[in-house]
Amino acid sequence: MGTTASQLGKDLLSEYQELTFLTKQEILLAHKRFTELLTKDEKDLPNTRVPVERILTLPELKSNPFRKRICHVFSTSEYKDGSLTFEDFLDLLSAFSDSATMEIKSHYAFRIFDFDDDGTLDCGDLEKLVNCLTGETDDTRLTTEEMRQLISNILEESDIDKDGTVNLSEFQHVISRSPDFVSSFKIVL
Amino acid sequence: MYCTYPTTHVESVTCGSRHSDGAVRYLSWVLVVEIEVDSDPSGSDDEGTQRRPNRRQGAGRGGAKGRGRGKKPPSEDEDEDEEDEAPRGRRPANKKKPAKKHGGGDEDESEDEAPKRKRKGAANRKKGGKAQDSDEEDNDVGKGKKGKKGGGRKGGKEAEDSKGKKGDAKGKDKGKDNDKDKKKKKKDDSSSDSNSDSDEEESLSEGEMARLMEEVEEKKKLIATIRNKPWRMKRRLLNLKEAQGFVDKFEGALGKGKGRKWFAYKVMMKKKWIKFQRDFENFRTACIPWERKIKEVESHFGSSVASYFIFLRWMYGMNLVLFGFTFGLVVIPEVLMGLPYGSIPRKTVPRAEQATAQDYSVLMDFQGYCKYSVLFYGFYNNQRTIGLLKFRLPLSYLMVGIGTFGYSLMVVIRTMAKNADVGGGDGDEGEFTFAWKMFTSWDYLIGNSETADNKYASITTSFKESIVDEQENQKDENIHLRRFLRVMANFLITCSLGGSGYLIYFVVKRSQEFANRTDLSWYEKNELELIMSLLGLVCPPLFETIAEMEDYHPRIALKWQLGRIFALFLGNLYTFLFALFDEVNTKLEEEDSIKNASLWAMKEYYANYTFMINDTDSTPPPMNPADIIRGPCWETAVGIEFVKLTVSDIQVSYLTILIGDFARAVIVRFLNYCWCWDLEAGFPSYGEFDISGNVLGLVFNQGMIWMGAFYAPGLVGINVLRLLSSMYYQCWAVMATNVPHERVFKASKSNNFYMGLLLLILFLSLLPVVYTIMTLPPSFDCGPFSGKAKMFDVIMETIDLDLPAFLGTIFSYAANPGLIIPAVLLMVLAIYYLNSVSEAYQNANMELKKKMQMARDEEKNRRNNTDSTNQVMKDLEDLLPNRSFMPPAPPSKPEKMPELEAKPTKTKPGSAGRGVNLQRDVTLASPNPNARGPVSRPPGPRGAGPAPGAGPGPGRGRGRGPPPR
Repeated sequence: MGTTASQLGKDLLSEYQELTFLTKQEILLAHKRFTELLTKDEKDLPNTRVPVERILTLPELKSNPFRKRICHVFSTSEYKDGSLTFEDFLDLLSAFSDSATMEIKSHYAFRIFDFDDDGTLDCGDLEKLVNCLTGETDDTRLTTEEMRQLISNILEESDIDKDGTVNLSEFQHVISRSPDFVSSFKIVL
Repeated sequence: MYCTYPTTHVESVTCGSRHSDGAVRYLSWVLVVEIEVDSDPSGSDDEGTQRRPNRRQGAGRGGAKGRGRGKKPPSEDEDEDEEDEAPRGRRPANKKKPAKKHGGGDEDESEDEAPKRKRKGAANRKKGGKAQDSDEEDNDVGKGKKGKKGGGRKGGKEAEDSKGKKGDAKGKDKGKDNDKDKKKKKKDDSSSDSNSDSDEEESLSEGEMARLMEEVEEKKKLIATIRNKPWRMKRRLLNLKEAQGFVDKFEGALGKGKGRKWFAYKVMMKKKWIKFQRDFENFRTACIPWERKIKEVESHFGSSVASYFIFLRWMYGMNLVLFGFTFGLVVIPEVLMGLPYGSIPRKTVPRAEQATAQDYSVLMDFQGYCKYSVLFYGFYNNQRTIGLLKFRLPLSYLMVGIGTFGYSLMVVIRTMAKNADVGGGDGDEGEFTFAWKMFTSWDYLIGNSETADNKYASITTSFKESIVDEQENQKDENIHLRRFLRVMANFLITCSLGGSGYLIYFVVKRSQEFANRTDLSWYEKNELELIMSLLGLVCPPLFETIAEMEDYHPRIALKWQLGRIFALFLGNLYTFLFALFDEVNTKLEEEDSIKNASLWAMKEYYANYTFMINDTDSTPPPMNPADIIRGPCWETAVGIEFVKLTVSDIQVSYLTILIGDFARAVIVRFLNYCWCWDLEAGFPSYGEFDISGNVLGLVFNQGMIWMGAFYAPGLVGINVLRLLSSMYYQCWAVMATNVPHERVFKASKSNNFYMGLLLLILFLSLLPVVYTIMTLPPSFDCGPFSGKAKMFDVIMETIDLDLPAFLGTIFSYAANPGLIIPAVLLMVLAIYYLNSVSEAYQNANMELKKKMQMARDEEKNRRNNTDSTNQVMKDLEDLLPNRSFMPPAPPSKPEKMPELEAKPTKTKPGSAGRGVNLQRDVTLASPNPNARGPVSRPPGPRGAGPAPGAGPGPGRGRGRGPPPR
């Protein structure tokens, strides 16, 4: 495994298939795309981390408002810089793949939405989330009044234990009823 | 018991990777055994003593046995634990045995040190595998000598000792491990397998075997679900999986030496099957047409407009199937095998019409050659079978006609049921509107910045819209004024509906007058269609204007609007139908006389022929088919009416789009530069996409297709073309010329309202067709049923002639009213029963929901204060004896719980020690007196892990927060 860079071993490939929701072709494609992101000398090194800037050049992530969060959540870097190894990258693709289960998708969705990484979605997270969803431009932004109402409505709906935040199980409860979450929480290379 | 070890994984990994899997594993087992013995001297004393010397001696035997036992602890722990344990075990083991042997492996050490444990997993597979192979030789040697060696070299070198052990362990491992590596396996089989397996068999008791099997099952389950665990670290997964895979394989072949191959085959097939299913699913989703187009529209105009296009696509699919039936079973057989054009009278244009039969205007009216073609009922012959294949065309025609309705009904109802299933769920539809908008509205597939901008806009609108919705629910104003206005609006609309009905009636009457005249202008000929199209054009906007008074929420307003337009269309359609029936009746009367005239003319012809030729022997040549006097063939007339209506409908709707939307958009866009006021923002502005009108147009059109398809098989083809073209045309038009609605609103998720309309119109169009089939006599000289008293006589004929006699009798019995009435009765009863059952379910549902709510409240209160609010529960709790022993809830609970909730999957498979910790945590946190803490756990380490669903007592589950649902 020390030398991932050039080629994926057969055993490794089958293990990846076992461990992710990806098919062989998808893994190979992911590998190809990932190595394209590497610079020349990085290719020889095993276990390279690709910095977040380069990951975000992928067209699949480029226009996603949560791109930074996604990298951050899937990164295993100690420095919290959102850099991804190939396996982190596979993890990402697996969670966003077609066949990933609702449970795993909602888990990662929660982590992505949890902007301050404190394990719950509180008002600040929700506000950031809304701002992500409504885009950067001012004309699509909600007014503070609307924002307030929106957040209070959301909490009213999904905050079952009324502690002012949405925790993972509440989140999953809400998400599991949604008919189109699984179909929209998808990234395909 | 392992938690006491220091966790210096890196080191252990290093060592582990240096050696072959088997060795490491073995050593770890040895260690396990040692620990076990050390920590628990009372248990299995003799075994322990037996093992210890063994280990010292270096013979692998003790190890083998030790494994049987040593294996247990990891199995009892949760899976994650095991991987932790393995490296830990390795470290001390390595200390014992300096790495003399595998110096080659040392080079990798530094490299492997840096990455964490996961690396090791992979490395072991690849590199370790190789090392193993190279080791194989000496292992075999070692093994071969093992027995003697063990005894002989009691105080032998440590290195030699460990080698022997290793060899033994590996051999066994492999023997049981029917790995991917064929090579290895073969070797093992030859040498070590025989040796160790026999060893194994004798050393493992029944109970141990069973235990192992159980464990295997567990691992298997884990492996199947491993990808469902949202563990962040792949390395953990990988490690875990590797360990599992190893154990699984190792156990898999254990009990059943013979079934191994079969087992492997089964596993492989299962994998293949899953893969195939996945691929097929991918393929199926890739086959859905226009997904991108609709998404594009959706991103611009919101889901309501997109729902129209989705509906259109659905209609297209359904019509494609109908088209397949009609053309595959009726039209194409007729074209291929039926008599050609001009062979018999019904397939020939009459002499009087031949001069103009190819004129454009005539063809556009579907007269002339069009009328005498496969497109219409009259062209088909009443031969029982056609062609070499003896295709029973009349029967097939009738069956397709009925099957069209049957299929449509089935599809519509199935779709409705499915939609209700998806949308309804458990009645939570309205419960999470905001949360869903928030959490699920982003489409992660969007990879285009423009689309993303649209999505931002649409999400913003949807937020705003739902806020407006919410406010709408809360505001209340002058209710009397609104009521008055609504009544008023309904009155006005009823008036205009009545007016349009009368107008059509009037026009129909007039057209019957016109029918007797020949000098008709173009307007007079097409008056009916024109008026109907005009009404369809004028009335909906009128209704919309009136509906402004009502001031409903747009979604409700849309429904009202749809309902009203539907009523209008329906009135028009039925007026039209009644007019048509009148026409058919007159034609039927006419037909009788013509029938006689035709027969008479035929006789006359033959008489004349014999008279002229004066030769009674020679048979006269058959009369030219064009000359034979023909009946009016009312079926074809009806078919032509429907086709004309459909075509004019297509024309009108396309022209409306072209003029009303496109021309308007062009004018507004370009005249805006030189106009006195702002055209774009001011009066004409751009058009909005008229959802209700378009949906109803589609539904209504489909109704006409259903009605007309029986009399004009070609109509289905025309409709398919229409839907196909309008998909592209309207997609283009909506993107190019329309602006999003000012108040974008989300269509109700299930399109069941559209479907309901469709079902209604299907039923309404079913009635006249079935009526004509069952009651009216078919024309005597055209169509597949000519010469029969009723159309459905074809079925009787088939039963009589083609099926065995007893089936005929069965059918005659089945058609007996004495049987039918009880059957109907039975069905009614079944409906009643099912209805009441569903009601009961609903009640149960409500009850459960209430309970859930109550539980939630309870929970909430429990968090805030330890006291229960529910009186009953309180009483019950008072009765519990242990109440006073329970520690009070720590105040920090609310902060703590989310933390726990956030990573349930991580904590779940915690090691035994961790599991206990967690449990203690929970029990401490839970003020629930029901939870007696760890005492109530089943004994043995297996229970230590918080097995899902098997938690000790309900209290713990409750204490942990809202039950996962």
